[in-house]
Amino acid sequence: MNWLQLIVDALSLGGAYALVALGIGLVFGVMRMINFAHGDLITLGAYALVVPSSAEIARPFIGDLGVWLMVPMIIGFVTLMMLATERFAFRPLRAHNADGASLLIASFAISYLIQNVILFVHTGRPKSVNILDSLSGYISIGDVRLPLIDVATVAATVVLFAFVIIFLGFTRPGREIRSASEDFLMARLLGVKANRVIAYAFAVSGVLAGAVSLLYVAKTGVLDYRMGVPLAIAGFVGTVLGGMGSLWGAMMGGLTLGIASALLQALLPPELRASRDAFLYGLVILVLLVRPQGIFSSSKRLERV
Amino acid sequence: MTDTVGKLDVPQKRALLRTWTGQVLRPAALLVLPLAALCILVSLVGASRLESIMTEALIYVVMVVGLSIFIGNSGIVSFGHVTFALIAAYASAWQTCCGPMKGIFMPDLPAWLLALQVPVLGAAVIASALAALVALLLGTMLMRLSGTAASIALLSMLFVFKTIYENWQGWTAGQSAVVGLPTYVSLWTAFAAVLLAIMIATIYRISSFGLRLRAVREDEAAARASGVNAWAQKLIAFTVSGFVSGLGGVLYGHFLGTISVSMFWLDMTFLTLAMLVVGGLRSLTGAVVGTMTVVVLRESIQVFERGIAVGDDLLKAPEGTREILLAFLLLLVLIFRPEGIVGEREAGEKR
Repeated sequence: MNWLQLIVDALSLGGAYALVALGIGLVFGVMRMINFAHGDLITLGAYALVVPSSAEIARPFIGDLGVWLMVPMIIGFVTLMMLATERFAFRPLRAHNADGASLLIASFAISYLIQNVILFVHTGRPKSVNILDSLSGYISIGDVRLPLIDVATVAATVVLFAFVIIFLGFTRPGREIRSASEDFLMARLLGVKANRVIAYAFAVSGVLAGAVSLLYVAKTGVLDYRMGVPLAIAGFVGTVLGGMGSLWGAMMGGLTLGIASALLQALLPPELRASRDAFLYGLVILVLLVRPQGIFSSSKRLERV
Repeated sequence: MTDTVGKLDVPQKRALLRTWTGQVLRPAALLVLPLAALCILVSLVGASRLESIMTEALIYVVMVVGLSIFIGNSGIVSFGHVTFALIAAYASAWQTCCGPMKGIFMPDLPAWLLALQVPVLGAAVIASALAALVALLLGTMLMRLSGTAASIALLSMLFVFKTIYENWQGWTAGQSAVVGLPTYVSLWTAFAAVLLAIMIATIYRISSFGLRLRAVREDEAAARASGVNAWAQKLIAFTVSGFVSGLGGVLYGHFLGTISVSMFWLDMTFLTLAMLVVGGLRSLTGAVVGTMTVVVLRESIQVFERGIAVGDDLLKAPEGTREILLAFLLLLVLIFRPEGIVGEREAGEKR
């Protein structure tokens, strides 16, 4: 494999992981909860591309509408579903003073619920679907052929990062999210509404999840009811690497993880490649033990996890 | 103090006896006797379908009691205890599996292990002890963590072992199943295991270790200031619960007669955790009550999934209903009764 291909490959995987990690990190920031269901909302967005049915051949539904309709519809749908989990599960939980353990278990329950609803409607058989056909080609630079989808993923990641940075930095909801992530109680005392700021965080998290749905399906072309699980795990790893609660750290953590796994995939001897994920999950444990504040956070803040 | 051990005077003997009867035997009996009555009832009815449902329920009781030993006393939600069921189930398969087929399923086992046929009881104990050993070794690191970080690390532990076992072709048959394990687990074997699990959990609960760990759970800083070594106490609970969870895994394998890595995965994690939450995260009684409640609900829904004749029509719930309803049930319990059915109470405990 050519080095340029490898870099694009690594960046595209890293970008996707960073988007997931950032989505999980945003919610963790305001709620101190790792949202296990994040990956399953990505799955939900992917399945919204096809007509709900148990038939073996998937008929495209939203996936057939043309880019300018499809992209906003999927992102909007995932955002709505994400907000629904907040409104109908997490908000009542917080209203009943649920502790961290209950929230964590609840997000696990929502993850299981979504998986089984998809299983119920679509069966467990993987389905194939083609979207964004125009991205299936290659760009040739000299004698190097780069898959267009990888280049598009990198571009989309950059655009989304820019969007999130502008949102967090220059809008009122963004500032509220950042202040609530710093110190939730203090933010509330200064007039940030708890329910609203949490809903903002879930909404942005939903936009990112929807984007990942599209990028992931465009790349793989396959739907599976548990496709979101490995992505969510990558996201946890990213947030842990970046130091839980730090948004910048979550982005960098996800990016590093993606780059590391693409490099491991390319450079590990073949017999170890299958166990690559074991290394990655082992890495989480190691980071939690050795640097619970994350490898990208330099602040001397007390351990917050 | 050691010189007085063995020559207790009469009041001391009485006090010891009272501790045992009042705090161990009585609470344990109150949990076990209803289950025993159920078992007798089931075996009197004699329907084999009912008997296997009950046996499976008892196996889940063992697993959930294992989970409860750790979660109930430490307050740390574990998403990783299925790992110990996985480890012990395979360890038991290595020792007892299927005669000549053993070398075909698991060709890389060392020669001595291939030739070995351990009696099933011994194999179950060794396998569970191996799970406990793994818990002890991993726990030395993992038990430094608490709260969300511990939960994530424990989930990562499950992922690590799942990935390793799936790729450890020569020892575990990889992604395919190992079939032909001796199916010795009947209603009464499972009951005996429940008895053992509940005794272990009760003794741990009333021991000073259990008390100290619950002090850590309530307020880690205060417990540490009072001289409790939080790490060591978590580690003890983790090891004991690893043993009991492992035992549950062994039973499950020898109940079905087949094991695969995918059996010990998110579904089982979810189911056992749901059972514990429904009953009550903080109570051993809750573990037993929750397991039986969830089993009864699941089985009743399954009756609907197979269809019930109403007049001329067949009333039939589509397949998959029970998983969805279970997830809803868990969410409802978490929102409206987060302490579970029994809360923090224990059967037979004076408040």
